[in-house]
Amino acid sequence: MEENKQHLETLTEIRSLMEKSTKFISLSGLSVVAAGIVGLIGAIAAYVYLEIDFKAANYYDYAYNNDGTTNFNFINFFIINASTVLIVALSFGIFFTARKAKKNNQTIWNASSKRLLANLFLPLITGGLFCMILFYHGLIGLIAPATLIFYGLALINAGKYTLIDIRYLGVCEIILGLISSVYIGYGLLFWGIGFGVLHVVYGTLVYFKYEK
Amino acid sequence: MKNYIENLNKAFESRIRLGIMSILMVNETVNFASLKEMLEITDGNLASHISALEKLEFVKVNKQFIGKKPNTTYASTDLGRSAFMEHLNALESLIKKTN
Repeated sequence: MEENKQHLETLTEIRSLMEKSTKFISLSGLSVVAAGIVGLIGAIAAYVYLEIDFKAANYYDYAYNNDGTTNFNFINFFIINASTVLIVALSFGIFFTARKAKKNNQTIWNASSKRLLANLFLPLITGGLFCMILFYHGLIGLIAPATLIFYGLALINAGKYTLIDIRYLGVCEIILGLISSVYIGYGLLFWGIGFGVLHVVYGTLVYFKYEK
Repeated sequence: MKNYIENLNKAFESRIRLGIMSILMVNETVNFASLKEMLEITDGNLASHISALEKLEFVKVNKQFIGKKPNTTYASTDLGRSAFMEHLNALESLIKKTN
């Protein structure tokens, strides 16, 4: 009986090594919650700046002046807003993940985290370039839906190399992106839901499932 | 009962060697530093276990340089993979038998 227990322990150890060596499991739920809150603040800032109410469509009409020229104040605002959100969210992400990695006795920059990032960023960069092309064609209303869809695909792709649960978040982002590409003009609202609300919900669930 | 125990590979009696093989089963190539980090052991300890596996031709070593830094990576061989699978099967049978 004692021997049996030992064999079982060996099998558990093998399984854990296989998982630890292929998946980066230190991605913290708190970092996702923080990213969601920062995303929400970004979306609210956009609404305040545009002085429109939350259900308003056609926010992107502001991208052009009445005479049809591009409104660079508007474009600059969005670029500054989005990059601030990205940088602050990433900083929180790195902070909480480093903290969790330390607890797990893992380093933050190792083979599995590199693989995770490579698989996350390939669809993300593709999506980013695609959005620039949409902008080039003047299809501004499709940019927000496209970011959601590509982000969802990136998460599903990354799911192979971290907690599998992230795939559910990816599926939700894709569904939301598709709905939002039907209701063009409500992009900011969907953006707030996709990058804000969904992140907060997912991050909280993951935090209580794995870290509490 | 005897038969199953015979199928357990002596090479995998050491937990570290079994650990090295587990990691190499699911990763194409792994370098020394990553192995060391995951197994939480010293350089000398890891090196001796790897060379034991290398002698059995369960592991192949690939020495190369990234710039001027040596980067040695390890991969499992077909022989190593089948030996590992056999060992796992034997463990499984043993557990089933005693249950």
